[in-house]
Amino acid sequence: MSVFINKDTKVIVQGITGSTALFHTKQMLEYGTQIVGGTTPGKGGMEVEGVPVFNTVKEAVEATGATASVIYVPAPFAADAILEAVDAELDLAICITEHIPVLDMVKVKRYMEGKKTRLVGPNCPGVITADECKIGIMPGYIHTKGHVGVVSRSGTLTYEAVHQLTQAGIGQTTAVGIGGDPVNGTNFIDVLKAFNEDPETYAVIMIGEIGGTAEEEAAEWVKANMTKPVVGFIGGRTAPPGKRMGHAGAIISGGKGTADEKIRVMNDCGIAVADTPSVMGETLIKVLKEKGLYDKCKTH
Amino acid sequence: MNIHEYQGKEILKSFGVSVPNGKVAFTVEEAVEAAKELGTEVCVVKAQIHAGGRGKAGGVKVAKSLDEVRTYASEILGKTLVTHQTGPEGKEVKRLLIEEGCDIKKEYYVGLVLDRATSRVVLMASEEGGTEIEEVAEKTPEKIFKEEIDPVVGLQPFQARRIAFNINIPKELVNKAVKFMMGLYQAYIEKDCSIAEINPLVVTGDGDVMALDAKLNFDSNALYRQKDVLAYRDLEEEDPKEIEASKYDLSYISLDGNIGCMVNGAGLAMATMDIVKHYGGDPANFLDVGGGATAEKVTEAFKIILSDKNVKGIFVNIFGGIMKCDVIATGVVEAAKQVGLSVPLVVRLEGTNVEIGKKILAESDIDIIAADSMADGAQKIVSLVG
Repeated sequence: MSVFINKDTKVIVQGITGSTALFHTKQMLEYGTQIVGGTTPGKGGMEVEGVPVFNTVKEAVEATGATASVIYVPAPFAADAILEAVDAELDLAICITEHIPVLDMVKVKRYMEGKKTRLVGPNCPGVITADECKIGIMPGYIHTKGHVGVVSRSGTLTYEAVHQLTQAGIGQTTAVGIGGDPVNGTNFIDVLKAFNEDPETYAVIMIGEIGGTAEEEAAEWVKANMTKPVVGFIGGRTAPPGKRMGHAGAIISGGKGTADEKIRVMNDCGIAVADTPSVMGETLIKVLKEKGLYDKCKTH
Repeated sequence: MNIHEYQGKEILKSFGVSVPNGKVAFTVEEAVEAAKELGTEVCVVKAQIHAGGRGKAGGVKVAKSLDEVRTYASEILGKTLVTHQTGPEGKEVKRLLIEEGCDIKKEYYVGLVLDRATSRVVLMASEEGGTEIEEVAEKTPEKIFKEEIDPVVGLQPFQARRIAFNINIPKELVNKAVKFMMGLYQAYIEKDCSIAEINPLVVTGDGDVMALDAKLNFDSNALYRQKDVLAYRDLEEEDPKEIEASKYDLSYISLDGNIGCMVNGAGLAMATMDIVKHYGGDPANFLDVGGGATAEKVTEAFKIILSDKNVKGIFVNIFGGIMKCDVIATGVVEAAKQVGLSVPLVVRLEGTNVEIGKKILAESDIDIIAADSMADGAQKIVSLVG
């Protein structure tokens, strides 16, 4: 088991003929992901990497039976691409694109209300279920199959956490990058809920950063609902207020969204927070041992 | 992106939002000329810098004659203002706004901002004009009124009216206040603002509702479709190193410390600053070279880091995912050669092709200290910088 995606997930790539998309299509195919089609308006009928290209998402879905899409469309057109995926009634749309204007995302979120599609991202590395399905841009080889779920606002910090786990012989179920933008599709709570319900996931690492209050809300949710241990890390303890730290959403404004406040709330809610990014894995292992889950999570 | 108050008012005026008459001045003579043109008995000389708190720092003066305009203009132009938003080094005033004085009856606060929790734009207002909204929120949260805006239909007049009544705008001026807020919302949406704050909004003796100050910030991701907003950019208000970095698509932010950091990924870059600090060091910058860093980008990043005279050491922390470690290692060696490295350099590489990358570093004739982990690297650079 896993969350959101598995070996049976059929995926189409929106914007498949762009250079980044082509590169990652190849990588995803090599990992074993079922990429069944792609779209680029005006290039329908072509084939790239052995994958058929369609003009529209609807056509691609009808022809291939895909239930998920991954979006590599440039920022000015990315909101439209998400809407097209929603309109085609996909279960899942994962948007890798960064730099989408925030007011575009405000409209997208409004349009998605009551629709069946789950959006992950934008500005995210994607979702990977180890050894089954990789949708996004993360390096596949650092992941090993196991029982820890990972959810994060940052791409490279996810890799860091996964790498530490794999090195320590702790495998993962699914790693979900929810993205670094202020308005995103799937939030921490959505992913935590899914991990909570997934019988294969025994514990979760949640990686947040400065800006907004998503971590605080997630921590409160964990305290009230989560039956599995959660450990965390928050990036940006030393970030100056009022500056956007690379991610559009990583900004302390009006004294709100500081790392210290997030860490305080997480600790209060029973989430062990790693002091430094170097000890995310260690922190989880310590908690696994305390809860008697270590042997069940150890994969080699 | 930030713009100046006078520019913000130009934009607002074009959306039918009432603002006092005024003119920008770059010299004392221009200031006096502007005051003459306005022809009002009283005018206000306002420093234009990208920071709030100008009044308290002596950057806003009320002049009752042309002589006073001259005196104040020469006093403020060229002065370095230190406010709670400028940092201790302050900001030099290079532009003034000369504005007609007005008969203020009462001050209010009106602002539009994105609410991340609901993914909607929210109109916020309070009767406590002139005070920072964060302060009002902390001390008297019951005095802040909010209206969540549905992006499908936009701000509706009934919402603006409800706000106007809630903050006790005089009843005969409610319609003017509604028009003001509708215009402000239009400007926010059409210009891709990230913040539009009017503090204070004033009700005047002659029955007007006006923006006495205007703070507009813009979504930098949307500037590609906002050419006229981009034309307002004032490079003199920005850090030269940050401008240089933006040319190469590097995300860079200057800090006060002495350990230069070069990292891939925003999250890892923040976490790297944190770990340097954790081991007792002080980061000189935030720098994300991005996922597709090339040898050229790495070289430019090095140059920018080293152009900061406070930098006494560099910590490179790379988790090569899609980007391969050997490419980064080659870039680092190349860059170190080109820029003539004079400070200690600690490199931590992890990820794809890490062994080849480490070999390239070890075999180069450049003095590079290799680190096995993020923690190891941070400790090493901190001890080397001392």
